[in-house]
Amino acid sequence: MTIKDTKNIIPTRTVTALVNDKPGVLNRITSMLRRRGFNIQSLAVGHSEIDHLSRLTVVVEGGDDIVEKITKQLHKLIDIIKVNDISDDNIVSRELALIKVNSDTKTRSEIMQIVAIYRAKIVDVSSSSIIIEATGDDQKIQALQNLLSSFGLIEVMRTGLIAMNREKNK
Amino acid sequence: MVCESLIREGVEHIFGIPGGAILPLYQVLPEYKKLKHILVRHEQGAAHAADGYARATGKAGVAFATSGPGTTNLVTGIMTAKMDSVPIVAITGQVGRPVIGTDAFQETDITGITLPITKHNYLVMDINDLGETIKEAFHIATTGRPGPVLVDIPKDILQGNGVFNYPENVNIPGYKPNTSVNQKQIKRACELIKKSKRPVLLAGHGIKISKAYDELLELAEKCQIPVINTLLGLSSFPANHFLYCGWPGMHGMAYSNLILDQSDLIIAVGMRFDDRITGNPDKFALASKKIHIDIDASEIGKIIHADVPIVSDAKIALSNLVKSVEEKTHVAWLNQIDRLKNNHPSLALRDTEKLLPQFIIKELHELTNGDSIIVTGVGQHQMWAAQHYTFNDKNKIITSGGAGAMGYEVPAALGAQIGRPNEMVWSIAGDGGFQMTMSELATISENNLPIKFAIINNGFLGMVRQWQELFYEKSYVSTSYKGIPDFVKLAEAFDIYALKVTDKTQVKPAILDAIKHDGPVLIDFIVESEENVYPFIPSGATVQDMMEEPSSQEIKQ
Repeated sequence: MTIKDTKNIIPTRTVTALVNDKPGVLNRITSMLRRRGFNIQSLAVGHSEIDHLSRLTVVVEGGDDIVEKITKQLHKLIDIIKVNDISDDNIVSRELALIKVNSDTKTRSEIMQIVAIYRAKIVDVSSSSIIIEATGDDQKIQALQNLLSSFGLIEVMRTGLIAMNREKNK
Repeated sequence: MVCESLIREGVEHIFGIPGGAILPLYQVLPEYKKLKHILVRHEQGAAHAADGYARATGKAGVAFATSGPGTTNLVTGIMTAKMDSVPIVAITGQVGRPVIGTDAFQETDITGITLPITKHNYLVMDINDLGETIKEAFHIATTGRPGPVLVDIPKDILQGNGVFNYPENVNIPGYKPNTSVNQKQIKRACELIKKSKRPVLLAGHGIKISKAYDELLELAEKCQIPVINTLLGLSSFPANHFLYCGWPGMHGMAYSNLILDQSDLIIAVGMRFDDRITGNPDKFALASKKIHIDIDASEIGKIIHADVPIVSDAKIALSNLVKSVEEKTHVAWLNQIDRLKNNHPSLALRDTEKLLPQFIIKELHELTNGDSIIVTGVGQHQMWAAQHYTFNDKNKIITSGGAGAMGYEVPAALGAQIGRPNEMVWSIAGDGGFQMTMSELATISENNLPIKFAIINNGFLGMVRQWQELFYEKSYVSTSYKGIPDFVKLAEAFDIYALKVTDKTQVKPAILDAIKHDGPVLIDFIVESEENVYPFIPSGATVQDMMEEPSSQEIKQ
């Protein structure tokens, strides 16, 4: 759990980008981030509403100056059409997690209560374990994971954050 | 299809070596009489020659190589062009599409390998994309901040037939270089210039790339602002102009470094605050505000904070500044600079009978009227050449800056001479770098290119030896060459006229002989072996740590 603790101290910024949906584009992005020594916490990419273009959300470690350098470098890549640092905007951000946790007849109901409180879902049950599906922002997933850890985590898989601006005039 | 595309881009010269995968392209070359192919001896030579050609002409240089080792041999040259923003287009053969990914003979993932060292690269997988891809490649290489672009073409595409579509214009949604300038920032810059009492222009390679020579001169004269060049910016401002103040950095003039340190406003144009200029960036020129003009937004604020950032082509930004600034004079500042120049002469030669490299460069400058194209490699000879050969004319020095690629001097001179056939090209070489790429002497001889080589032969990897002397108590590990070939005999083997110079008195006649000789010439200057380059600011240090002159002990030796 020490890794998680230090993670919480590092400031992060959320950057989204519109990129060409072509072979090797993700490689160009990660290669640039690696070689310039930028750290990323998560990177999620998938099709967008526009043909041949994908949207990417990357959570980077560092403050304003670092994120400015990252967005400028990303912008320089020919296959990146648009880059936005949306950290200071009014955004909706979500992440999906699958958490497999130890569970027997004694602990099952307690786990189900936690799952209910966090509005997560149980998607698989066996005699010795449960798989939980949870969506939410980073903090919520982290909190759920912390609570479940006392039962013994078997496997955790997270998609990384995706984020979107809210409409301005509601 | 490739050849047709190249002709439409106005390509005249190609540097390369054929091989299996690129053979279909070579076999049709004779049908295109406008394309002249220069057969180099090593693909590194092809890339450096294309680079030298591009720097000399301002046009994109083109290199061909075959798959596998042919392409990996290009890598050093591509990286050099990337570091120094030079437009080259490398066209490489790839194994056929059906066998890509199977470790076929001479297969390598060259787009993967060159990903971080190209501005962009392509692997063409559909023959119908070929024309458009090459068009895009030239567009990306030559516009905005120029750089190398690689186009990898599988053999079966080179052999195939398809629809040739060569668009007139390109539209790349993710690539729109800035063609205007933010007037608000120009206004802020003018205000800073107006307030400044000790301004200085720090002019880099961008001036030459955007041909902003006149605008730089106008701004300097209108506001009486002294001009300092970067190494790659040399020959963008006349060195005989009263506002010219040398070049700064690790081996730059002492006064140039002091001027930057004492100024209150640095107007940096088309440069990127390389660590060889700043030393420790946290202590660099703290007394000054910075106006930073560069076409590449990611360079602004990367190393040094910019008070006024201007993302723009140098020519556009400077012409806007010239229009908007008020005329000014800086008499007190120029007097202060004169005192700095007088107190720190920097480049005075020691009085000695020994054959000093600096003396050779000074003689060369005088005997060529300072009018030759100077091509250098990397190391001590490069620093001496840049210090002692001063440039009044535009775009006269071609040198490997950011990459620091030894061996650049031979093939880059080849490219420069082909690009500017009517000018005299002097390749000032180190004995170390020369041995890395001397195979291109064959290419030079074959094409009878009248390049003059001045090898500054000290028998050492001189700059490394200097560091060993100053930082490792003269422990000369692996820097002394015991088996240097006789360069004169070597040149003769390539049918190149050559001379050896061991004494000060032979310098002038040898250079004059070389100038007179119609064809390539090599002069092997056997110089003082343990001469150091001064001034010297150690890596990561500050202007206060500058070693200006050799210690007295050294002079006694």
